[in-house]
Amino acid sequence: MLQGVDIGVRKGSVFALLGPNGSGKTTTVRILSTLTSLDGGEAKVAGFDVTRERRKVRQRITLTGQQAAIDKNQTGAENLYMMARLSGLSRAGAHERARYLLERFDLTEAGGRRLGTYSGGMARRLDLAASLVSSPSVVFLDEPTTGLDPRSRQALWGVVADLAASGLTVFLTTQYLEEADRLADRVALLDGGKVVAEGTPDELKERVSGQRLDLELADRDAFETVLGLLGDRIAEQDRDLLTIGVATDGSAHRVRSLLDEVDPDRDRVAKFSIHSATLDDVFLALTGRTVPDAEAGEVKETAGV
Amino acid sequence: MSESIALTSTPRSVGTVSSLATMIGRCIRLTRRDVDAMIMSLMLPIMMMVLFVYLFGGAIQTGGDYVTYVAPGVLLLCTAWGAAQTGVGVASDMTNGIVDRFRSMDVSGASLLGGHVMASIVKNIASTVVVIGVALLIGFRPKADLLGWLSAAGILVAFILAMSWLSALVGLLTKSTDAAASFAFVMMFLPYISSAFVPIHTLPSWLQGVARNQPCTAIIESVRGLLLDRPVGDHAWIGLVWSGGILLVSVTLAAVFFQRRAD
Repeated sequence: MLQGVDIGVRKGSVFALLGPNGSGKTTTVRILSTLTSLDGGEAKVAGFDVTRERRKVRQRITLTGQQAAIDKNQTGAENLYMMARLSGLSRAGAHERARYLLERFDLTEAGGRRLGTYSGGMARRLDLAASLVSSPSVVFLDEPTTGLDPRSRQALWGVVADLAASGLTVFLTTQYLEEADRLADRVALLDGGKVVAEGTPDELKERVSGQRLDLELADRDAFETVLGLLGDRIAEQDRDLLTIGVATDGSAHRVRSLLDEVDPDRDRVAKFSIHSATLDDVFLALTGRTVPDAEAGEVKETAGV
Repeated sequence: MSESIALTSTPRSVGTVSSLATMIGRCIRLTRRDVDAMIMSLMLPIMMMVLFVYLFGGAIQTGGDYVTYVAPGVLLLCTAWGAAQTGVGVASDMTNGIVDRFRSMDVSGASLLGGHVMASIVKNIASTVVVIGVALLIGFRPKADLLGWLSAAGILVAFILAMSWLSALVGLLTKSTDAAASFAFVMMFLPYISSAFVPIHTLPSWLQGVARNQPCTAIIESVRGLLLDRPVGDHAWIGLVWSGGILLVSVTLAAVFFQRRAD
């Protein structure tokens, strides 16, 4: 399902693959972490080929997937100890590593309890801690904050920032523009198995207006008139609710002139609101259409991490 | 703090023996904590024993004390069912994200499945001991010497090993805990079509051929013969060949499919 993924990630940086469900994010991560084989193209991780040097890649990476990869019936400490032993630490070393990671992820008190008793955010932190026992050089995080409450998400963002600060290369996928913006040095936008844009968050944001102005029109006539005036600047419309969304930078000046343009007599627009651009807006700006369905196609890709 | 997230050690391979030991520890711990399954695996054989001896025992003529005839049969029933539970844990690992992590950590299929199988053997030996204890309490009178006991134990352990791997294979292939549990249920019925509970000549003639030539009969007859100090004839080696064959096929297929599932 991937057909054109050509990306390079600098060592020690945070790279975000941004895209909707079905765009190929998880497939890309599974290929790079050696779990799915490549049937065309080439991918290198930590300097090694994912197909020919699978074992060497595996020794240098770690993957935290969307599903928690920890045992519910083991305690936090037991899970970490087990993972540390499996990655080659001595008994004493593994106990020390488990203790350190629990402390580092603010789970020392919960360490003796079984995972079944953890909250979603705690379990996600432990899952991430478990992926770090082996001191990897590349960390893959597949939608690390999906399903977390805002506070847990903030906490996890802090952890990812620390990982990057300690010199690890982080490759994460996300559906949230805000998350990519906060964490990543570079972002690639994936759409139907193809990278449609790549750059720093600022570069991408320059191509997308950061804000959206939503207009609620007074009646059907006003709706049709404004629709005609805005033409292809419209990001979203709802004929039943009489709403129209327009991309804007959010400045008072722009919003005022937009309102004046569509509603010179001040009787068409009943209400308006402004909010941050969503992934839909980014898509519209970069692909000219709304969030698409996954496309099937031949796999052909090159990637290097 | 940040420099400690990244250890300075170089990546290294972990030996299969070491990772197998870790996985066995994990599976035993998980088994011990699955209280429902634990109670069930102890209660079911005891209930079967009591059921057969006190409810059906009066109606079944085996030429001798029925408890002595049936105890080895219940033993086999309990191991067949218990060992076939192995796949439930394997399927659960397969459906949950943990298998991807183990794989991306380069943990081999042998270690992952072997951990489940070894934990299953430990668990089944424990429940076998309980069943023998209950059987002795309600009148089972074996006549075996130490060698007889050890030989019978060896045949049973070989059977547990083979059934556990077969079940692990089922768990690996179906990736469904429900399917794996159903397999365990089917395996529990295998001993019924054998000489475990009634002599084969009392079965309908069309079933006798099946019963005579299926692994449970050979294993049950050799265990019964060894424990009651009677000649076992060809049953012992036929039973061992069955176990060995099932083991070989299951391990080979498990290795192939574990690798393939990585792709």
